[in-house]
Amino acid sequence: MRHTISVTVENKPGVLARVAGLFSARGYNIASLAVSETLDPTISYMTMVVEAQDEKILEQIKKQLNKLIDVITVTDFTKKEHVDRELVLLKIKYSAKDKAKIESILDKYAAKIVSRKENVAIIEAMGDQDQIKQLLSGLQQFEIQEMVRTGKLAIA
Amino acid sequence: MKGANILIESLLKENVEVIFGYPGGSVLPIFDALFDAPVKFILPRHEQAAAHMADGYARATGKVGVCLATSGPGATNLTTGIATAYMDSIPMVAITGQVKTSLIGNDAFQEADVTGITRSITKHNYLVKDVRDLARTIKEAFHIARTGRPGPVLIDIPVDVQQQDTEFVWPEEVIIRGYKPTYFGHPGQIKRCAKLISSAKKPVIYAGGGVISSGAHREVRELAEKIQAPVTMTLMGLGSFPETHELSLGMLGMHGTAYANHAIMEADLIIAIGARFDDRVTGRIDAFAPNAKVIHIDIDPSSISKNVRVDIPIVGDVKHVLGQLLEEIKDTCDTPAWIKTIEGWKKKYPLVYKDKKRISPQYIMEEIYEVTKGEAIITTEVGQNQMWAAQWYKYTHPRSFISSGGLGTMGFGFPASMGAKMGCPDKQVFDIAGDGSIQMNIQELATCVCNKINVKVAILNNGYLGMVRQWQELFYKKRYSYTCISGPDFVKLAESYGAVGIRVTKKEEVRKALEKAISIDNVVFIDFHIEQEENVFPMVPAGEAINRMIGGMA
Repeated sequence: MRHTISVTVENKPGVLARVAGLFSARGYNIASLAVSETLDPTISYMTMVVEAQDEKILEQIKKQLNKLIDVITVTDFTKKEHVDRELVLLKIKYSAKDKAKIESILDKYAAKIVSRKENVAIIEAMGDQDQIKQLLSGLQQFEIQEMVRTGKLAIA
Repeated sequence: MKGANILIESLLKENVEVIFGYPGGSVLPIFDALFDAPVKFILPRHEQAAAHMADGYARATGKVGVCLATSGPGATNLTTGIATAYMDSIPMVAITGQVKTSLIGNDAFQEADVTGITRSITKHNYLVKDVRDLARTIKEAFHIARTGRPGPVLIDIPVDVQQQDTEFVWPEEVIIRGYKPTYFGHPGQIKRCAKLISSAKKPVIYAGGGVISSGAHREVRELAEKIQAPVTMTLMGLGSFPETHELSLGMLGMHGTAYANHAIMEADLIIAIGARFDDRVTGRIDAFAPNAKVIHIDIDPSSISKNVRVDIPIVGDVKHVLGQLLEEIKDTCDTPAWIKTIEGWKKKYPLVYKDKKRISPQYIMEEIYEVTKGEAIITTEVGQNQMWAAQWYKYTHPRSFISSGGLGTMGFGFPASMGAKMGCPDKQVFDIAGDGSIQMNIQELATCVCNKINVKVAILNNGYLGMVRQWQELFYKKRYSYTCISGPDFVKLAESYGAVGIRVTKKEEVRKALEKAISIDNVVFIDFHIEQEENVFPMVPAGEAINRMIGGMA
């Protein structure tokens, strides 16, 4: 099962390696990871989606993260009300006859075309996990050439 | 003040008495500062030994051990010693030189990414790129090493930082916002714990290395006597409760006593104190202590509920928590029937061995116990020697048994014994070695002789890598694949270094040789030719429940 965890850490070199190293050393999986500075430039905020088969492993992940000296706080969003978003960029190939169809799908999910060259468009979409999933399944009928995702961001 | 001098001044502020280290290109400024520094310095013959010495010193004294090496190979040679200390939660500060900051990442001569390499084997590590951060970093490193669950901390210092000048400012206090260990137990949990204890009929106290590192041996004894519960110890916990005490069950687990393992399996309450339910202790995890409720007291929250389900977790320093608990416990348990059952097991399944043609290693351990009156510090290598040393010497004081429990590092015992002797010069220090493991750091004979560190080394020489051979005998149809090992003439070797060597081939000579060794004011190697295919029993085969022991029953 996937769980969303946020971690605030000292904004120092090597801290990302400590967090990533902990996951690889102990055999945990990270599904996504997003890192950036916070309002306090000495602190970085990491949102991570981790895979844990059971509660015990999730507990261990949180405890091991907390054990890192450079980790300041660990928040588990599993049972916590929170807002999460992910940004997706898609490169999609389409012909003129599909234009209206694509635009109606994009409208539905507040996605938009941000660049277009000949018959290839770059689409920007943002939403929670369900919205992104639905958008992607709606666009599946077209030729998606490339996709990049930021990974989830979460805040409570 | 130059960075190198700031380092020395900071170490003195931390009351460091001895540094174990080896020079090299990237630590030349530090060694120049050491030349007339008022601190003892021990030069080993290999950096790995420097780390083990610092570790042995820390285990024997409870103080932070300090080792020092140059960049690249010097630092990588320290890593086995750092990992050993990490697995056993030993406070250590390792200082390494690094190439010039401008060359970092350039594959410079003797460059290695030491903070990267040691990230998973240190409690924390630092690369100091600005001399103004140096004093604060050292203060933090010592603080982190000795507080909470102790462990090794590494400080990597580029050679140009060692040469830079700045004002020396020793910080008043350490503030690390992500590091605040919990010392006192949650009062509600303490109350629940006291209540559970009062209703137990078959309690067992399971004491680990945390009791020793927190100095809680008196509290453990008080608890055991107050609630009349037997005490079993892990390998790391030996010495935390006197084995001469009637409530002692000795060690538990793979090579534990049968009565300790039976007690665990029958218990209705296990009070785990500073122990971590390691696989060598639990055996088959789903069969471990099937009837017991579990109280687990540990300073490291990640140790709790990692391997076994825990009913009452208490995060805190065991000395503090036991103090709280002792105040809370009003009623003792009703255990006379339980104690009687255990007495029965002790009579029925004592630790035994049979004399064979050559000397029994168990007999040697019994004699070392007699000759040292149980007052020595015993260090061990890893394998059969380690288990016989654990089983056949009765430890009555904390910090008297020093062994690489978690990592199981061969070559640990000899340098660790030297570190222990440096920390406790008035103690008799014996390293119990095998003929295999002693050869892994045998070069330290030179360090011993040169610095007059008069440890005694009992080599249990059976011509095999004994523990692996034992597994091959029992589980691999006696196919002794590369476990037959030769060695030098240990007597002549010792003599060539200026030490003393004694060879013992008969049982009758054991006592005399030990007495002689103790009377000699020099390093002594005693080469005991022991029964070659003697096994360590009892033994729980890997993956079995811990009451399914084989061998060693009377």
